[in-house]
Amino acid sequence: MNDSHYCPHTPEEIGEMLTAIGVASVEELFAPIPAALRAKALTIPSGISEFEALARMQEIAGANAQGMTHFIGGGMYDHIIPTVIDHLSGRAEFYTAYTPYQPECSQGTLQALFEYQTAICRLTGLDVSNASLYDGGTACAEAAMMALRVTGRNRIIVDGCVNPFSRQVLKTYLFNLDVEIVEIATLNGMLNRAGLANVLDDTVAAVLVQNPNFFGTVDDFSALAEQVHALGGLLIASVYPVSLGILKSPGEMGVDIAIGDGQSLGNPLSFGGPSFGFIAARKSFIRNMPGRIVGETVDRNGKRGYVLTLQAREQHIKRHKATSNICSNQGLCALRGLIFLSSVGRQGLADLAQFNCDKAEYAKARLTQIPGVTLLQPAPTFNEFTLCLPASAETVVSGMLKEGIAAGVPLGPYYEGSDNCLVVTVTEKRTKKEIDHFARLLEAALCN
Amino acid sequence: MQLIYEKSVPGRRGVRLPASDVPAAAALPAGLLRSEPARLAEVSELDLVRHFTNLSRRNFSVDTNFYPLGSCTMKYNAKVLENAAVLFAPFHPMTALLPGGAEFCQGTLGMLHDLGGMLADLTGMDEVTTQPLAGAHGEMTGILLVAAYHAARGNKARKKYVVVPDSSHGTNPASASIAGYEIITVPTASYGDMDLELFKKAMTDEVAAVMMTCPNTLGLFNPHIKEISDIAHSHDALMYYDGANLNAIMGKVKPGDVGFDVIHVNLHKTFGTPHGGGGPGSGPVGVKQALIPFLPQPRIIKDSQGRFQLDAKRPTSIGRTANFFGNFGVMVKAYTYMIMLGREGLVRVSEQAVLNANYIKERLKPYYDLPYDMTCMHECVFSASRQLAHGVHAIDIAKFLIDRGYHPPTVYFPMIVKEAIMIEPTETESKATMDAFIEVMIEAAVAAETDPQALHDAPLTMPISRLDETKAAREQNVCCQW
Repeated sequence: MNDSHYCPHTPEEIGEMLTAIGVASVEELFAPIPAALRAKALTIPSGISEFEALARMQEIAGANAQGMTHFIGGGMYDHIIPTVIDHLSGRAEFYTAYTPYQPECSQGTLQALFEYQTAICRLTGLDVSNASLYDGGTACAEAAMMALRVTGRNRIIVDGCVNPFSRQVLKTYLFNLDVEIVEIATLNGMLNRAGLANVLDDTVAAVLVQNPNFFGTVDDFSALAEQVHALGGLLIASVYPVSLGILKSPGEMGVDIAIGDGQSLGNPLSFGGPSFGFIAARKSFIRNMPGRIVGETVDRNGKRGYVLTLQAREQHIKRHKATSNICSNQGLCALRGLIFLSSVGRQGLADLAQFNCDKAEYAKARLTQIPGVTLLQPAPTFNEFTLCLPASAETVVSGMLKEGIAAGVPLGPYYEGSDNCLVVTVTEKRTKKEIDHFARLLEAALCN
Repeated sequence: MQLIYEKSVPGRRGVRLPASDVPAAAALPAGLLRSEPARLAEVSELDLVRHFTNLSRRNFSVDTNFYPLGSCTMKYNAKVLENAAVLFAPFHPMTALLPGGAEFCQGTLGMLHDLGGMLADLTGMDEVTTQPLAGAHGEMTGILLVAAYHAARGNKARKKYVVVPDSSHGTNPASASIAGYEIITVPTASYGDMDLELFKKAMTDEVAAVMMTCPNTLGLFNPHIKEISDIAHSHDALMYYDGANLNAIMGKVKPGDVGFDVIHVNLHKTFGTPHGGGGPGSGPVGVKQALIPFLPQPRIIKDSQGRFQLDAKRPTSIGRTANFFGNFGVMVKAYTYMIMLGREGLVRVSEQAVLNANYIKERLKPYYDLPYDMTCMHECVFSASRQLAHGVHAIDIAKFLIDRGYHPPTVYFPMIVKEAIMIEPTETESKATMDAFIEVMIEAAVAAETDPQALHDAPLTMPISRLDETKAAREQNVCCQW
């Protein structure tokens, strides 16, 4: 009897194959591995059925706190996910395919990615998009490296209001290169324009900003774009795609490279991944883009079709001279992003963005009624804002976790002197009831 | 087929949003708003479902077609893995990073910790980070660890090079280059592996690391691997193992036992998680003791009470390589796969993957040139050079296979084999499937001699014929202009 998972051969078939090969045993096929190098036994436990395995996974999932109410973001957001997304991205023809190297039998993936690139271009107001990157943090690093290639310079200025995790990823990517990263200290949760002016000169490859930034502040970087361009540098903006339902697009601001994390577009939180990163840029930079790009063309009969294009940029052709080392990207998550955007549609995304704003404004008003609670930034926000509490934000958050509420992201660990600051996120999924409950608990916590 | 944007009708909607239960907020200042909504598709839910369902039918996939794409390990992806992943959909990664938050994420943190332990056991490594988001991302992470190691020993300026064989995956030199190294490429010898004498000449104290795949991209296990790693170590160079071909050796040899210091593992290859049409992958990195201080943070550690905590205060860490904990959903699938198969099952996977590759190799040998004729591991590499004499290229054979319902093997890689055809059947394919594929490959070899035009014309049964790739690269039409 054959009870080995997913290995279909019967002993008879194995015998026939060994005969065809001309060896006496399977073990003989491993003869090229010198005996002295052979592995000792594995300590991984013996196998189980899929039923037992699923029960075990349920047990593991059950060891996490259930039903937490999220007022946290930090780059990943609790948004609605239309049910069609699971059903369509769950088509095995999509999810059990590989990178579409053979276009004739991969038009499904290729056309979908072309449509995805179109959606990203329209969302960001820029000319060209690739077929996805890994996540928002690595997208920051890829955009910075792209700017280094485009300008031939080696200095990157980063607004301290950019997501601290993304800034750490950027530093990690670049630490072994001859690149200078200059961080601008924040000013009340906003870009410190005077501080930036002090370090901005004609040696800068790019300035990296985020909108809305980590504190939730919404800004307009149009003037900054002109300033940076006048010095021969590029402006990179990390953006939150749902906010682009209403917020000024990077293209409208004159941004050169727009990036971001696509999780909010139809991908579950899933403890941080898989998500996808996106990148869009001006057309003149296309040959410096990282990763896969799908292009339109025609077949031998003049019929429209799609292929992976500009592959001369890529590692499998150019090896060490490639624009990036990316092979697998996050294709299926990008497909989910496309289905999300096509499901909510043009007006739907605008409405969804506005709902986020509405909920956050309600929460902002409600929470700042609590004695001693004020707003950090005197600036417009989208669905996140920063509160100044009359107590340590870390203490408050840790206490409220026990009540099933993830109350926000305390800024203390990321910004010196911000121990009382708390970034609160309110997506369209948070109900008035949840917000009111949160406000009552916060008030109680602060009174103690 | 029309684009979704060509099916768009102004005012149509696919999904109704939930009603808002709070008052409308005052509009943001006009200067912060976009001038008009983004021109996204406007379609009904049924339009959307038909569109993407019909698009999906224009793909070959493992569930519909044999997919022997060499180096990509296109094995069957068990359905239960999908059911396991959705159990974790609601968990926000930020929760674990809140003060005291780890206590509320014991399941997810514990699973990552256990997965690292199982991968360390399989690969002979001491510790594993699960942050890297794909194989190439793991390579870059691994080489950055090497860079941090050399820098900590005061050797940053001296260590300039990474050595790779010319048969390596393109990602190896690309990853090392992005991490700041120059590349030295060593040619392959007639015995199918990096030329040992040329390797010795290439090695100096300026080499930071040697990156190898073992078995290599010809599907051959390098018998000199211990000698190579000893030579590398004598120059204080570290040995990097590209785990793309791990499916060949589970339980047979552990890279850590033969001198490798750092390894990435492609969960989407060896551990049965689906490739998603190009991702998401997942590329955990394992290291030996000497590299542990440099691993990305936060690290997941098990405290004395057996609780899992995050440690983000590691001064020598290279930092973050991703914003959160890696492609967690992919790791759930790999973990489920590993506990299901268990130690005996994983060894059987490698045995039958190797059996299947050798079976195809022996059966096709009379019909196609086999430049390195020896026992292979999980894949075998033929050359269409015999067919080329009739004007038939590897790409023509690939397109003929598409007409017969087979996803083609990898062609033109490794680059060191002229007209390469790289076949990796994986362990999940039955003898009957492989026999049918072999017959079609033989048919292609016969057609190359008798009717080469038929191969040049292929494919004829797909929605489109061969595409003009030059036009695509020239016109760079990468988004719908309409």
